[in-house]
Amino acid sequence: MSIVRIPPTLRTSTGGAKQVAITGGTVREVVAGLVAAYPALGSQLLAGDGELNRFVNAFLNDTDVRHLQALDTPVTEADTLLLLPAMAGG
Amino acid sequence: MAIQILPAGAPASTRTRIVGLRCRGCGRAEPIGLSYVCPGCFGPLEVAYDYQVVARSLTRAAIATRPPGIWRYLELLPVEATPARGLPVGSTPLLAADRLAPTLGLDRLWIKDDTRNPSLSFKDRAVAVAAARAVEFGVEALACASTGNLAGATAAAAAAVGLPSYVFIPADLETAKVDHALAYGATVVPIEGTYDDVNRLCLEIADETGWGFVNINLRPFYAEGSKTLAYEIAESLGWRSPDVIVGPVASGAMFTRIARGFEELAELGLIERRPIRFVGGQAAGCAPVATAWSAGTDVIEPVRTPDTIVRSLAIGNPADGRYVVNLANETHGSVEAIEDHVTAAAIRDVARLEGIYPETAGGVTLAAAAAAHRRGVIRPGDEVVALLTGNGLKTPDARTLGADDGAARPGRPGLAPVIRPSLAAFERWLGGVA
Repeated sequence: MSIVRIPPTLRTSTGGAKQVAITGGTVREVVAGLVAAYPALGSQLLAGDGELNRFVNAFLNDTDVRHLQALDTPVTEADTLLLLPAMAGG
Repeated sequence: MAIQILPAGAPASTRTRIVGLRCRGCGRAEPIGLSYVCPGCFGPLEVAYDYQVVARSLTRAAIATRPPGIWRYLELLPVEATPARGLPVGSTPLLAADRLAPTLGLDRLWIKDDTRNPSLSFKDRAVAVAAARAVEFGVEALACASTGNLAGATAAAAAAVGLPSYVFIPADLETAKVDHALAYGATVVPIEGTYDDVNRLCLEIADETGWGFVNINLRPFYAEGSKTLAYEIAESLGWRSPDVIVGPVASGAMFTRIARGFEELAELGLIERRPIRFVGGQAAGCAPVATAWSAGTDVIEPVRTPDTIVRSLAIGNPADGRYVVNLANETHGSVEAIEDHVTAAAIRDVARLEGIYPETAGGVTLAAAAAAHRRGVIRPGDEVVALLTGNGLKTPDARTLGADDGAARPGRPGLAPVIRPSLAAFERWLGGVA
């Protein structure tokens, strides 16, 4: 099972859990597993087409998955997925 | 980008000016607080105003009686009253750049000189608003993720309001910017990696610390500060808008908020509504927004490893990038990518011809104006306002990129050799260069 770190904004949907363990072979499968476990996350994370909505950035071991194979990036049990709001500016 | 006027319910006299926060994505309303992400759709929260209440007191005549600074436009900022403590920010000059304009191919050029805010960049505007709210919210410290200018602005504002500050920066940031933040008493935390790495870390820790990160959990308020650039430009021009605005694009927040600022003024009847073309500039070594604009898409492909001297714009994953592309397209503007040596030459030119010394983002902006002229986006006779958002003393090494040794030679200024303090030595030297 891979670890998914949950930011504070999403924790009301995970019963306060800061991280959860989810099974899946790709980022897409882990996100799907996460939403299956916590259905309230669906409206926060997913667009209508099942992709991540445009306000969500996903990082696998601290690398933006868009620099990898996006949602099709393979995930192992040693990996950690982090979901954060898309926000930058300094 | 039309602003939303709330439906008239209660009479304006009984309503409040600041309605609350509203999600840019789904429109969901949230109360004012240290929150920045929509609990419904994860979209960014923005401040919502009741413009009918704003219009009751914000008139040209009222503004004319107020002291200089950003708080003369208080009704359009998300604070209840002018803060008791804080730095004097804004009311920077709009300067006619008649000597520089022809070198860029422009007929009429104004420079909005934001190199002379308290910490020497436009970031003082955004931070002033964020700091005012931070004090109200009772945060333990001010903090930020910074490409450099925000570091100094946050540290200076924290000093002025009496809060500790924590500034997170890429470890290889320009020394002048690091020293600047340290001078104001900040704790500076260098992070291995790019600005985007710094930003990711800060997004993860912001809500765990009790600190107010000006550009994260105070972002709805912070972002509003940049609108004051639009208000000041309009007021300086005698309450009207220019044909073209040219500015730098990093996250895209400032660029898009300037457009909103002009839109608000038109909605309130303070200026006549006229089309403004928006031209953005990015460094070619980190140009995700310019690349998307050129390709005709608003899907921003992030840049993993920025490679540019323009550190203040080196955001590879700009959150407001798609809004910048849409703004440029809707207004018939453009987003230009500028090579570093062109940026450096533009810095030298504006300093030499106008007596204004901007940091790298200013060089990008001026070069973007020339590029937009060559592209036909800026046309003969256009009145152009270029935003110089930071001071050249922050990026002292950039000016000399691609230049020769800079030594004084006959007929050309530069650094003279060391001479003895004698009339004979002076005359010998003068004889050599005159």
